[in-house]
Amino acid sequence: MINLNINDQFVSVPAGTTVLAAAQKLKINIPTLCNHPDLCVAGNCRVCVVEQKGARTLMAACATPVSEGMDIHTNTLKVRNARKHIVELLLSEHRSDCTKCYKNQKCELQALANEFAFGDTIFLDLVENHPYTIDKSSASFTKDDSKCIRCQRCVRTCAQLQFISAIAVANKGSHQKISSFHDRPMSHVVCTNCGQCVNRCPTGALVEKTCIDQVWDAIYDPDKHVVVQTAPAVRVALGEDLGYDPGERVTGKMVTALRQVGFDSVLDTDFSADLTIMEEGTELLTRLKKALVDGDKKTKIPMFTSCSPGWIKFIEHKYPEFLANLSTCKSPQQMFGALAKTYYAKKRNLDPSKIVSVSVMPCTAKKFEADRPEMRASGYKDIDYVITTRELAVMIKQAGIDFRVLKPSQYDSIMGDSTGAAVIFGATGGVMEAALRTAYEIVTGREVPFINLNITPVRGMDGVKEASIKIEGCTDDWKFLEGVELKVAIAHGLVNANKIMSMVRKGKAPYHFVEVMACPGGCIGGGGQPIPTSMEIRENRMKAIYSEDEHMVLRKSHENPDVMAIYKDFLGKPNSHKAHELLHTHYVERDSY
Amino acid sequence: MKNKGLSKVDLIFEKVNPKEVLVKAFKMTNEEIIQQVLESGLKGRGGAGFPTGLKWKYTAAEKDPEKYIVCNADEGEPGTFKDREILDRVSYKMYGGMAIAGKAIGAKQGVVYLRGEYKFLLPQLMKELATFHKIIDEIGYNFRVRYCLGSGAYICGEESALFESIQGDRGEPRNKPPYPTSSGLFYKPTSINNVETLVTVMMIIQHGAEVYNQLGTKDSRGSKVFSVSGDTPTPGIFELELGMTVQNFVTEFGDGDTKAVQVGGASGFCVPRKKFTDTIIGFEGVPTGGSMKLFNSSRSMYNVLHNYLDFFAEESCGQCTPCRIGCQQLLKGVEKVKKGEVKSTYLNELVKLADTMKIASKCGLGQSVGNAFKTIVENFREEIIY
Repeated sequence: MINLNINDQFVSVPAGTTVLAAAQKLKINIPTLCNHPDLCVAGNCRVCVVEQKGARTLMAACATPVSEGMDIHTNTLKVRNARKHIVELLLSEHRSDCTKCYKNQKCELQALANEFAFGDTIFLDLVENHPYTIDKSSASFTKDDSKCIRCQRCVRTCAQLQFISAIAVANKGSHQKISSFHDRPMSHVVCTNCGQCVNRCPTGALVEKTCIDQVWDAIYDPDKHVVVQTAPAVRVALGEDLGYDPGERVTGKMVTALRQVGFDSVLDTDFSADLTIMEEGTELLTRLKKALVDGDKKTKIPMFTSCSPGWIKFIEHKYPEFLANLSTCKSPQQMFGALAKTYYAKKRNLDPSKIVSVSVMPCTAKKFEADRPEMRASGYKDIDYVITTRELAVMIKQAGIDFRVLKPSQYDSIMGDSTGAAVIFGATGGVMEAALRTAYEIVTGREVPFINLNITPVRGMDGVKEASIKIEGCTDDWKFLEGVELKVAIAHGLVNANKIMSMVRKGKAPYHFVEVMACPGGCIGGGGQPIPTSMEIRENRMKAIYSEDEHMVLRKSHENPDVMAIYKDFLGKPNSHKAHELLHTHYVERDSY
Repeated sequence: MKNKGLSKVDLIFEKVNPKEVLVKAFKMTNEEIIQQVLESGLKGRGGAGFPTGLKWKYTAAEKDPEKYIVCNADEGEPGTFKDREILDRVSYKMYGGMAIAGKAIGAKQGVVYLRGEYKFLLPQLMKELATFHKIIDEIGYNFRVRYCLGSGAYICGEESALFESIQGDRGEPRNKPPYPTSSGLFYKPTSINNVETLVTVMMIIQHGAEVYNQLGTKDSRGSKVFSVSGDTPTPGIFELELGMTVQNFVTEFGDGDTKAVQVGGASGFCVPRKKFTDTIIGFEGVPTGGSMKLFNSSRSMYNVLHNYLDFFAEESCGQCTPCRIGCQQLLKGVEKVKKGEVKSTYLNELVKLADTMKIASKCGLGQSVGNAFKTIVENFREEIIY
């Protein structure tokens, strides 16, 4: 243990602790900006400078490990002056159109300015006469260099969490900026649209491309029937933007709010998540038969899940030779979209051209996914608008709804039923668990051999999880799987996906089925979720997801009555011709830079 | 303090038999070598002036079997060109110094990080290197030196940015601690020394610490190679004993009309005429990596300052706030003052900013921008304003 004093208070912490963490232990607040709990230390914004008695220079609290006998002061005149200067400097290269900015009142620089730099501006405005780019090319987000303060959180996120480095630091000195390969627009680089950078940007330099106004326009258009679907992970995070602590389940309130906002029908992506399990589970079993029994060389194992559009774009860029391993199933969002303008329209006797399909997602990549040319199976754009959890919170506030006093209500019918299996799609390992619950039962006629259906080995925050389940007592149709030990793996965060993919590339991955989610923690940690995020926040959301599952009456996808109905009335059986037309897709190879 | 006056020395470029010196060094224990260097009082010749013996001692104390000796030949300080001359004439002494350092700290590998613009020296340097490798093999010590070329960034002369550059990453300074002695090149214990420092080590081993110790002052032992430029009838490379005043220097090299000397390049200090006699060139006064630029009364100190700030605004790595934006603010600020677009008192705000940069920047670059700025603004304020 290392002993030191901070502001004349004694503290003892393990070696390697930073001065910042030691101060936090004493409940001494040191402002930070480039620091983020998910990322490696940068120490470049210098907002957290503190004074060590006797030292020539100040030190960055976030980047300095404690040493024995340190005498740190966090609030001396020297420190205050330096912090004020630093915040003023940052403001001088930041285009402060705060009142118009999407991040107004959610901006970390603005908060620091409030604290340290109110009153007269000291320095010259460097934004004017300095060329900058506002890149709106991405379907998912806008990159506005004039608001960038070069903290490099985005760069570290893209490299460290996602192993992509679509953005990196370019140039030096006054020309330094965060840029892409050859300064290409974000739509033309390896960016997966995951939005993890957006989630960590302290200012308005990276924000999701919002379509709030378009959704309002549709809602107020009397000719349009606007349906909305909500992804599993939204219900456990939306509350954070509306005054609740992380991990609060607000499903019922959210449904009421959506109705009050004015959506004509409030439906659930969980429905199509259950449908995904039926399609994907059947596809897996078919693949296993073709590969293991028929010896079909064209059938690729392991099969990868295809729910996460960030992951899809990652594999399209980085491992295109394994596109055939991807499940052909569309993501739940897109399955829902294709059915909204076909099955739902038919059932409700609506003209599909008059239906506007909106989805609320924890994700920015979903915006890109909805724009993919493959996603027009209904004859129309299957999903018209995708809004993030954050955008929904904005809409609820715009509508003047007091979220806390809302009475919970139920989703509408036809495509509103769901099971616990669908809810857990929102957490890493959830798709795997849902698939196993159904596939095991299809094959053996019995429930998965785990207490209370909780397949705990696939749960949790480990970056790569492995599990195996021995299939015994198969029904006659599935005898070829008797005694097979089904090996599965789960990765979340693309840096972990890359670990599995490099094993696959080397031929050293023994798996049959692999679940990958692009974002840390799965969708609960998605790029469109409330800011901030951290391991602790993601864990709270994850707990909420599993508790939502436990509170459901139905917990297996194949028991979803709406799903049973759609197969009976419309699709026939899983992987049928019609299902293939509407619910399956294909992928494209993309550049690796 | 007694003024030593100016005396020219010829030790750095003195011809020696490298093998003889190395054989002598390799008969010593590692502790003896480090002790010799410590006793010599040698401080790093790149400009920062960290005691070389101490650096070696720390690196030697590290347990890691993989260590590096890195020679910083990224001579980029404006007005410095002494390493180029040393590399051109006595590179074998630098190799020798690296081998001695390597032995002392326990490094089997040496890397010379050569300024990109000095690529033309490489054929000759490689020829000398082959000879050196032969000598070191004859002595029976397992040690190899390789080259890495810079790409033109001033910041890569900063030790940790230099490591990043060798590693193939963007040349940006690291957070310290950890220091290179425990985590340097490839995050291994590393001693990084300037070309001249390593050459000086050869000379210390050859003549002994006590001989070297007789030169210079208590705080600035030995002699040093100076790069003399600007308004002088005799520009060039001169090896001088440390401890002289700026006045001694100007008497020797000035053109009779010297109004200021910039000691230590763009990151160094501007000494005005009125302070020539009280300012010692060395660690007790104004330290220098070798750059000595003389300005006569025909020069506008505004232009000098503008030139330096322009340089820093360009050459800051851009990573940390005080340096990236601070340099731009200082530059734009003096421009506005000059044009009369802001009040001349704005200079006071800029001086405060320079103070912040000095204590809050991440590395030596940002921390030293204020040196030239403050000394020029304080001494030539009227030239900045009018």
